[in-house]
Amino acid sequence: MPAPPAAEPGRAAPGEEDRVIETRGLTKVYRGGRPAVDGLDLAVPRGSVFGFLGPNGSGKTTTIRMLMGLIEPTAGTARVLGRPMPGAARQVLPAVGALIEGPALYGFLSGRDNLRRFDAADPAADPRTRTARVGRALERVGLAAAAGKKARSYSLGMKQRLGLAAALLQPRALLVLDEPTNGLDPQGMREIRALVRELAADGTTVFLSSHLLDEIEQVCTHAAVMARGRLVTQGPVAGLTDAVFGPGGRGRLAVATPDPGEALRVLAEHGLTGLRADGEHVTGELAPPEGAPPPDVAELNAALVRAGVRVRAFGTERASLEDAFVRLTGEGFDVAG
Amino acid sequence: MSRAEAGPTAAAAAAAGPAVAGGPRWPAGLVRSEIALTFRRWRTRVLLAVLAAVPVLVGIAVRIQSGRAGGGADGRGPAFLAQIAGNGLFLVFTALAVTLPVFLPMAVGVIAGDAVAGEAHTGTLRYLLVAPAGRTRLLVAKFAAVAVFCLAGTLAVALSALATGAVLFPLGRITLLDGSTLPLGAGLLRALAVAAVVALSLLGVAALGLFVSTLTDSGIAAMATTVGLVITAQILDGIPQLQALGPYLFPHHWLSFADLLRQPVYWDGMAQNLGLQAVYAAVCGSAAWARFTTRDITA
Ligand SMILES: Nc1ncnc2c1ncn2[C@@H]1O[C@H](COP(=O)(O)OP(=O)(O)O)[C@@H](O)[C@H]1O
Ligand SMILES: [Mg+2]
Repeated sequence: MPAPPAAEPGRAAPGEEDRVIETRGLTKVYRGGRPAVDGLDLAVPRGSVFGFLGPNGSGKTTTIRMLMGLIEPTAGTARVLGRPMPGAARQVLPAVGALIEGPALYGFLSGRDNLRRFDAADPAADPRTRTARVGRALERVGLAAAAGKKARSYSLGMKQRLGLAAALLQPRALLVLDEPTNGLDPQGMREIRALVRELAADGTTVFLSSHLLDEIEQVCTHAAVMARGRLVTQGPVAGLTDAVFGPGGRGRLAVATPDPGEALRVLAEHGLTGLRADGEHVTGELAPPEGAPPPDVAELNAALVRAGVRVRAFGTERASLEDAFVRLTGEGFDVAG
Repeated sequence: MSRAEAGPTAAAAAAAGPAVAGGPRWPAGLVRSEIALTFRRWRTRVLLAVLAAVPVLVGIAVRIQSGRAGGGADGRGPAFLAQIAGNGLFLVFTALAVTLPVFLPMAVGVIAGDAVAGEAHTGTLRYLLVAPAGRTRLLVAKFAAVAVFCLAGTLAVALSALATGAVLFPLGRITLLDGSTLPLGAGLLRALAVAAVVALSLLGVAALGLFVSTLTDSGIAAMATTVGLVITAQILDGIPQLQALGPYLFPHHWLSFADLLRQPVYWDGMAQNLGLQAVYAAVCGSAAWARFTTRDITA
């Protein structure tokens, strides 16, 4: 886990200028539907790798479209780099690189010419340095060798990387990446995540949306969790599970036993919830119902043994973001909003 | 820790700096990019090739016809057809008179209709807008590129006609509509002026197509709608019972370019034509702007 950002300690009230993205009551209702984003209050600290987590259809892309000035909010306000969007788009966006809902390219142009085209669209981009900047962006995403090929012939992974290169044509204060690993193979995902870490190490704030929990846990310092257009929680990733399960919330108990049925019964008696048996592997949530003290793990072990359950292995797993999500929304993570 | 406090703010100012400082510093870059993009598309090249082929076909047909009938044209067919066999320069005027009612506006309708909708369809529009191209600036660049295509399409017809005419027929002094004659050089200048007026005649369609293009995320639908509107306007203009409507339809004064072939030049029809094109460009351009600058880009 990367070090937490320097914003919190020794700072009474983090100034507004430390928020790279800040929204108040941001709401979007598409024509004739229920709100796709509903009263969103988001605060993205400068220097963070901010995970924007939610299942498909939870409003991530809609939020990003509003932040980038592509669509008008139905209600609420959004500030990016300290200025209002969409009003200050011309001042804000040159300092923002974005990948929104997958790459979109001109198939009949080469990878390099695609980048030249997008760079020419930015009035703040100096045409005299265009060739050099395009070359560097291609190098950075590992596409230099394929730069002369028509984008039509690129694989999805290459298209994704070319989209990232377009976001890296200039030094950026903020990168907004909407599901950048979507559709990639595991190797491609690793490469993109490594690139994100590298960029963050250079001091760029990264706003990364994803429907993959482990992705957020792997690369993000902060996260916000969305469900059905509403913000469920936000904060440092390390603190999110604590915030949900209480400090010291130990997450799940895992027991390996040849007697799973008996183990389930005993653990249920001792107040564990979310019990599951998968072959010889039994797990259950240690977080107690509201107010009650957490069960003593040593006591649970003794109870199992007393009941004649043969225990091969016994331990606790730290609560994952998925546990937190299930806990907060009462639904599994792959349920579409 | 006042220095530490100043750090992030300064970084933010520096990051957002270039654009904040002086507004757009390279406004022409997008127009150039837009024009280059238009002419690199296959579609554009095929359209130009088809337009250039029309005068060749007309020229060959006239050549065969005149060889068979001994040069006697019977007065039917497009304007100036009868004069081609005597002077190849007239193929330029004939070819423009043939292509202006349908081929040229259809080609412009295809390019203009696709201009915004096509980019919305492929998703590149959202990346241009976050670049940030600026919606007004992008629309102006798109219109400029379509206008350049109007000129390119007209020149494709005119130059192909001139080359074909020079190969298949004699060139020389031209006899104008009022019977006076001009030397070849002056005749060529008239041909150039005709081409310019024809290109300007297409600006109304260009703006109409661009407006339609802002209404949808489907390039095909926008192209088909624009071409459909062109054909509808032509049909309406041809119905005698709808004469009252005629002067407001953009094709109504198109063939007035023939007035450039009089001595002295008769300007009224052309002034009405260009005025009407300007009105169409202004009205459709404003509508396109109003639509495009307020529209949600979700594609
Ligand atoms: N252009 C649109 N028109 C109407 N509804 C939309 C549009 N785009 C998204 N939605 C709806 O808004 C909700 C949120 O979608 P989206 O923001 O794409 O979610 P996510 O990116 O988290 O998958 C979904 O219910 C989706 O169906
Ligand atoms: Mg999405």
